[in-house]
Amino acid sequence: MSTTHARGGAQGATLVDLKKEFLGSRMGMAGIIILVGLFVISAITVAVIPIETFQEWNNPKSWISYPKTAVPAWTNIMLAEKIPEHLVLDEPASVTTSTEGGVTSTSQEFVVMFDYDGFPNDFIYTFSAEYEGSPLMQILVLRPDGTSIKLISKSLPSSQDVSVHSERIFSTDSSIRKNIMLQSDMFEFEPGSISTEDLVFSATDVNEVLKGKYVFTVDTYSVEHFEMTGSGLIVGGKAFGLIGTDELRRDLAVGLLWGTPLALFIGITVAVASVMAGLLYGVYAGYRGKKTDEVMMRFNDVVYALPALPFLIILSVTISNSILLMVGFLVIFGWVGIAKVSRSMSLQIKVRGYVDAAEMMGQSRSKIITRHIIPQLLPYAFASIAISVPAAITTEAGLSFLGLGDPSFPTWGQILHDANTFGAAARGLWWWMMPPGLMIALTGLSFVFIGNALDSIVNPRLKR
Amino acid sequence: MGLRRYAATRVITMFAVLLITLFITIALVGSNMDSILKQGIAYQVRTEITEGTTAAGQFQSVEEFEAFVQERIDQRVAILGLDEPWYSPQRIGLSMYKILLLDFGHATFLTSDLGSSDVRDIILEKLPRTILLFTTATIIISIVGIFLGALAGSKVGSAVDRLTSSFAVISSSFPVWWVGMLMIFLFAFTYQIFPARATPDLSPEDPGYIGALLYHMTLPLITIVLIGFGAWAYLVRNFMVGIMQEDFVTAKRAIGIRPRRIIYLHALKNAAPPIVTILALSLSGSLGGAIITEAVFDWPGMGRLYFEAITVMDLPVIIGATYVLTAFFLISIFVADILYGYFDPRVRTGQ
Repeated sequence: MSTTHARGGAQGATLVDLKKEFLGSRMGMAGIIILVGLFVISAITVAVIPIETFQEWNNPKSWISYPKTAVPAWTNIMLAEKIPEHLVLDEPASVTTSTEGGVTSTSQEFVVMFDYDGFPNDFIYTFSAEYEGSPLMQILVLRPDGTSIKLISKSLPSSQDVSVHSERIFSTDSSIRKNIMLQSDMFEFEPGSISTEDLVFSATDVNEVLKGKYVFTVDTYSVEHFEMTGSGLIVGGKAFGLIGTDELRRDLAVGLLWGTPLALFIGITVAVASVMAGLLYGVYAGYRGKKTDEVMMRFNDVVYALPALPFLIILSVTISNSILLMVGFLVIFGWVGIAKVSRSMSLQIKVRGYVDAAEMMGQSRSKIITRHIIPQLLPYAFASIAISVPAAITTEAGLSFLGLGDPSFPTWGQILHDANTFGAAARGLWWWMMPPGLMIALTGLSFVFIGNALDSIVNPRLKR
Repeated sequence: MGLRRYAATRVITMFAVLLITLFITIALVGSNMDSILKQGIAYQVRTEITEGTTAAGQFQSVEEFEAFVQERIDQRVAILGLDEPWYSPQRIGLSMYKILLLDFGHATFLTSDLGSSDVRDIILEKLPRTILLFTTATIIISIVGIFLGALAGSKVGSAVDRLTSSFAVISSSFPVWWVGMLMIFLFAFTYQIFPARATPDLSPEDPGYIGALLYHMTLPLITIVLIGFGAWAYLVRNFMVGIMQEDFVTAKRAIGIRPRRIIYLHALKNAAPPIVTILALSLSGSLGGAIITEAVFDWPGMGRLYFEAITVMDLPVIIGATYVLTAFFLISIFVADILYGYFDPRVRTGQ
């Protein structure tokens, strides 16, 4: 976390020069472009994906309608045999209500375009209704070949007064099975050992996928008050979303996208705080000189010699793994190298004529430091900030990878920790391992580009 | 200040740092350590009473039984000196003194492969493996890095230079452990060339153990070298670029000394001091990074031991491993300092 570059001094490069030269550097601009991209991703994420989804990351309940270890949906573009996509229909395509002879009937339709080369894993109908009495529910599926299958016909649990009932009807439900077996004459093959979803989505002559439009109709009949408050159909597949899902059914795109603002926050906060602290510390020690310098530098030596990673681990285990404290811990180990370099640079600056002049004019110490010394070091400070960001991000990712991260704010490192725990490498779940690491690398790369570009301006000898 | 005096002040600083590190470690884990030890004693006393000679039936009431248990627990706590808080000077002094003499006590959960629970045995068993893997890797990295860097630095702007520089920049932003996961995915599962777990199945006493260990070491070694050498080459390249602009190089060129000789003999010799210093530092730096890398590859060294100890909160092992890691880190900083002071006398005056 410390820069080991030996530096001559800050002569020459002023902030204006720095800006001008930086804008001309291709590497620096490439870094800026990636960084702007990451900021755009962060802004979109914060605006579009509600933070609640993200805070529920470690709550298995909130991911129940998602598939387990599904590949990203776009892989289908490259495959000849299309993997069934996981479809979550949150609300019906159409709802019709009619009252006839005191019976209110509601009909809800879900349309599923099924053009894949494999059977779905399952299908789940989930609903919640507010009612009185005991309404009837019937689910039918109209298939592409014009045939229809009655899946279930049942009465909902009766209730004396208005109450809310929620239920998930699974394709493995035994009454669905029974109903299908009663209609099994339509299949020209023996349906005995074939699972329900493989029958519902099968052609009639052979047990192969029947592609096309399926319409699931849910009819309810009630004499008294009945109101559907939520209704959804899930057709379980093996492909889902932009990045796929993990073993705990979490949508990896959510974790990955929310990880971006988090990583930028951690990286930039740690880098800025470390460099500021190191700069002030080093400049003050160098400017004061003598005993103050000696004492401050010995303290610097002590912190420098502490092994960072073991200590970060102990700190996160014994004190807290909250993300804000973690940022603080990273700063504790981040400022040391910068303090060393700033000190030696301020030693060179303080003997220059204008500092002497300012002293003679009776300017206060703090004014001399802030007005005359620190501005000289700013180009170096900017380069150091850019160079320190990737180290902060990878260190935090490393700690999270060991399982020591803040569980309420999952980072890329934590996604990789889970991937490693669930043996993603052994099971070939590349979509779980690749994207978080690539994001870490990309974020690091943008700052390394910017840092190197700034560095070669501040240190002209590296150019050529 | 002479080199000897310089070395002496460094030794004193380093020893102070070692003590401070030890103190901070004990301070951080001390309170946890006490509660864990006390829980252990309570459990021990209860099992002894329920299974042992004292029949549970002789007590009139539950309260009486509890009082008896509590009395026994308090007695034992007092014998072990745990009635004083962990921050009392005697206890901290005693534990620091013991640890300085490498007496780390017994591990709570972990054992060595040979079954010993003495923390010193465990560490002595794991340490050589970490040194084997990371020292080998660092040596390969530095050799490849120095030659590639010298080559790139002598031909600034050439294809070799640009390739080296961009590889360095790109590889330095990848976390080693993530690349490790991918390497395992590729070379252990997709193409089954190397074992996925770096721990050999043989017992350490088996004659084939060394061979198995080396075979299991290949994948982590390749990964560390792959991610590491770019940064090294880039560093050496930057030193070389500076040196190749010096007057003496121009003079040597002018009198017709072959370019290759200038690069590898004269220029590299001048770049040696910072390179040697950084080599010493990176040797120890790699030991710290070992914690995550070893966890990924399941390499049975200090890093994995540390990780396991943290997972089960085996405090004596944590303290012992931190101490040993710090000691190694300090020794290499010290060596680096001395080398730097030897090569560059300006450092010794503190300017």
